[in-house]
Amino acid sequence: MLPDERTVPSGEHPVRVEEDLLAARHAVRAAAVAAGFTIVDQTKIVTAASELVRNAYIHGGGGTMTVETVRDPAGRLGLRLLVRDEGPGIADVDQAMTDGFSTGAGLGHGLGGTRRLVDEFALDTAPGRGTTVTVVRWKP
Amino acid sequence: MNTGVPILRLGDILLGGLLSDLDDKTALAFTDELTTRIANEGIRGVIIDISRLEIIDSFVARVLMQLAGTGRLLGTQMVVAGMRPAVALTLTELGLQLTGVRTALNAEQAMELLGWRRPAGAPHAS
Repeated sequence: MLPDERTVPSGEHPVRVEEDLLAARHAVRAAAVAAGFTIVDQTKIVTAASELVRNAYIHGGGGTMTVETVRDPAGRLGLRLLVRDEGPGIADVDQAMTDGFSTGAGLGHGLGGTRRLVDEFALDTAPGRGTTVTVVRWKP
Repeated sequence: MNTGVPILRLGDILLGGLLSDLDDKTALAFTDELTTRIANEGIRGVIIDISRLEIIDSFVARVLMQLAGTGRLLGTQMVVAGMRPAVALTLTELGLQLTGVRTALNAEQAMELLGWRRPAGAPHAS
């Protein structure tokens, strides 16, 4: 049986120039408001988006972010973000997930903090193949 | 450089308010302007009102921590005031405690932390 996962409005946003970081945040905020997320849930998913698109911009040399409203088989509403870049990829995934690790202009924070802001987190990366991070936050 | 972020001077205290849509360039320009004014104007305390800031990510957190550190080296106390509860919850989960940054519930409490006293009988700011 096919899962009853339905994708409502979706949009792909470029992450090429610095202004795109703000635009991506706005898009996620609008989708979270439309999905009826609380202020706290809005803040968490927008902050997660900000971290991910900045990573794609700084480490990945730019990429795209896709925002989708999704439903699980039980009908629960959620927001899925897919952030993809065609950068060098991540050689040491464990290290990248550790708090306090960064090779770029960030805080030296890594992906571990972002993972705590979402319910589902998937990282697809390899050296030379770019990086794709997919996260979902479900509405309680 | 004019950042578009208003910075008020009250005696030897500077009060700056960050706007809801803080981009990276503005955050860095604000740091530069504030640091220059601290040194040039003999500023004793700085309050950064963030009550309008809708998110703080690791970049903005780093900017605030560096600003507090730079201010301390220049002999100035910096207080970050008015963080929204949702932002505080998110920062905690992200693992960022803004180490080394003094915080206050609002700008008035920040003024009191810096030694300013409301005249007796004057009402609290609403």
